Amino acid sequence: MAHKRREMLIDPLVDNNPITLQVLGICSALAVTSSLQVAFVMALAVTLVTAFSSMFISMIRSQIPGSIRIIVQMVIIASLVIVVDQLLKAFAFEISKTLSVFVGLIITNCIVMGRAEAFAMKNPPFESFIDGIGNGLGYGLILMLVGVVRELFGSGSLFGITILETVNNGGWYVPNGLLLLPPSAFFIIGLLIWAFRSWKPEQVEEREYKIQTVETH
Amino acid sequence: MEALISLAVRSIFIENLALSFFLGMCTFIAVSKKISTAMGLGVSVMIVQAITVPANNLLLTYLLAPGALAWAGFPDVDLTFLGLISYIGVIAALVQILEMVLDKYFPPLYNALGVFLPLITVNCAILGGSLFMVERDYDFAEAATYGLSSGFGWALAITLMAGVREKLKYSDIPNGLQGLGITFITAGLMAMAFMSFSGVKL
Repeated sequence: MAHKRREMLIDPLVDNNPITLQVLGICSALAVTSSLQVAFVMALAVTLVTAFSSMFISMIRSQIPGSIRIIVQMVIIASLVIVVDQLLKAFAFEISKTLSVFVGLIITNCIVMGRAEAFAMKNPPFESFIDGIGNGLGYGLILMLVGVVRELFGSGSLFGITILETVNNGGWYVPNGLLLLPPSAFFIIGLLIWAFRSWKPEQVEEREYKIQTVETH
Repeated sequence: MEALISLAVRSIFIENLALSFFLGMCTFIAVSKKISTAMGLGVSVMIVQAITVPANNLLLTYLLAPGALAWAGFPDVDLTFLGLISYIGVIAALVQILEMVLDKYFPPLYNALGVFLPLITVNCAILGGSLFMVERDYDFAEAATYGLSSGFGWALAITLMAGVREKLKYSDIPNGLQGLGITFITAGLMAMAFMSFSGVKL
């Protein structure tokens, strides 16, 4: 049993990652990764919301009538997100300003809904909690990877601490401005998916059309 | 009037919901394989967006904002913290009502859009539109313009994306990049193209 729980925690990190394989929760993965600190707070918030919403939904799963379950799930998720939002506003106002609408958008983050619907509705509370943490961490992992690349090469720092001294401050590193702009996040995630799938070839998608090689004489 | 037109142009091209704020990405990636389905979804998003943003604006002004409940005798009540849950409630309810109205009065449209409507409740472009409206303090006219034009911008983006992907499926793509990977990189290139609009001064 303990072994199975550990698997539930580790499996979503690489083998069944919510972003690269299940294509869930991409919006915020792209938008909040231009600095590592913000990405870290976002990952933490999503992990907590996923874990607790899965746990609460799982607790009442046998009482929810099937026809209104989406609304019930929404209400639980939205209440948790309001708690997170108020906490951020109280204790980390600067970060909450940078995250702006993306905290609120955790409500519609497909990871939270997806895990509630696919896992928490069928499993007991503790397992659902672990599953929520695992998927939150899998999401966080990608967020941090993208955040490291974007902040290190885009502004030469990590968590706001200068690593590569930029030319503007008298150093040697010429920052790559593109990495701070929105499109770079698409490229980095695209390349990450490529890397993940070269490492785990079983994740590669089937081609719709086979390309035939024509023999030439 | 001029201000509204420039707001519309800005929210369609410069601040495109899909390509510069990455909203509605899940559906943007998942439902952009064929032009016809992408257009169907785009139109439904536009309709829902055009209704929900002004509706949430009214909700904010008359129920939630500080002092908004003065008409009911509670001038000191500030309910803005209930914002998130009310907006998502309004969106879910409106989508449901829209589905019923379409089913009753416009069956062909319902058959065309039917599958996409439930998807829209969890589309972050819709909630994102309402949240941006709150954050930027739009009044009712601005909110109505913003809702319609940002929805149009999203529809435009997903249709263009589907056009590119329809051609792309015949190309010889490296194995690991097949499917999701190349879609992301295409979206990145499109986002770069849309960035060129940011030079437009309004």
